[in-house]
Amino acid sequence: MVELALPKNSKIRTGKTWPKPAGAKNLRTFRIYRWSPDDGENPRVDTYFIDLDSCGPMVLDALIKIKNEIDPTLTFRRSCREGICGSCAMNIDGRNTLACIFGMDEVKGDVKIYPLPHMPVVKDLIPDLTNFYAQHESIMPWLETKTNTPAKEWRQSIDDRAKLDGLYECVMCACCSTACPSYWWNSDRYLGPAALLHAYRWIIDSRDEAQGERLDDLHDPFKLYRCHTIMNCTSTCPKGLNPAKAIAEVKKLMVERVV
Amino acid sequence: MAYRTDYSRVQGSGAAGEGAHHFWIQRLTSLALVPLTILFLIPFGRALGGGYEALIATYGQFGNALTAALFIGVACWHFSIGIQVVIEDYIHGTGARVALLILTKLFSYTLAAAGILAIAKILFSA
Repeated sequence: MVELALPKNSKIRTGKTWPKPAGAKNLRTFRIYRWSPDDGENPRVDTYFIDLDSCGPMVLDALIKIKNEIDPTLTFRRSCREGICGSCAMNIDGRNTLACIFGMDEVKGDVKIYPLPHMPVVKDLIPDLTNFYAQHESIMPWLETKTNTPAKEWRQSIDDRAKLDGLYECVMCACCSTACPSYWWNSDRYLGPAALLHAYRWIIDSRDEAQGERLDDLHDPFKLYRCHTIMNCTSTCPKGLNPAKAIAEVKKLMVERVV
Repeated sequence: MAYRTDYSRVQGSGAAGEGAHHFWIQRLTSLALVPLTILFLIPFGRALGGGYEALIATYGQFGNALTAALFIGVACWHFSIGIQVVIEDYIHGTGARVALLILTKLFSYTLAAAGILAIAKILFSA
């Protein structure tokens, strides 16, 4: 649903300014979205100061430093710290990205950190991704076959395997889907760029035997055709992938079935 | 409703089995409108300063009338399916969405019919 203003209980207020670390010479300011489901308060933006001389270069390094040394209640997801798990996806300086591979030096001025946009918030920087994961599951992200399973393996040529490059690398961080205005307005029906990129990854897998069924499942004005090639997905993807192109390829396959 | 699983909610009623035709027609009408707009505007622009008589004379010619009728028909078709997308994007109440979709179709089909009939009238009375 289009929402041009935040509901009353989501309006963001100015939060607490935490004390500067003593003796620090190389300070960086972080403004971070905070919200807890437990206190009934509106969200707020807290201000933290980090001594860059004792902190790693990535935004996640600063978040971990804040949690360890300043405010243990700051809540965020993180795991691999090298852009593989997709856990630490958040909106940094107005852009959805992974905090672990996004350097503080890429931001001018204060580092502003919010959860991924237009998602229900569980707490602080943690969005509720249950709908996103269910959408991923709905595109059957696994090999579908009818032929008897071969004794050794499903074989694939080097050329056919190469077609999956640029698709299989997706880590399901949700940066793309939550950057997409179509997904903001219609995430209940539109599958979003991440799920559609994965759908295309399986549609063009030479070993898969369910291409028609997969296309049938996407042939819907809302599931697929809410994509209007806005390209926010592609410009924000922290892995440098191109979901917009994958969706365009699915649309091409749809047309090839019709004409 | 409260106890439906996320997967069930995402599946909904399944895929509608529609969309490819709409997508294809939207592209085709876009492409068709590039030459049609130019071919429509050239005689229309020439006749515009000449008043009633010049317009009647212009659309009394079969080629100009055909181009204008095609332009109006294709433009209204393109408008109709384009506005449909905007409504589906932004209007979420089922009643309002269906009502607006019907109104859009009625408006664009009426506009197309009126335009084509007006040109036909000029052509056949010339």
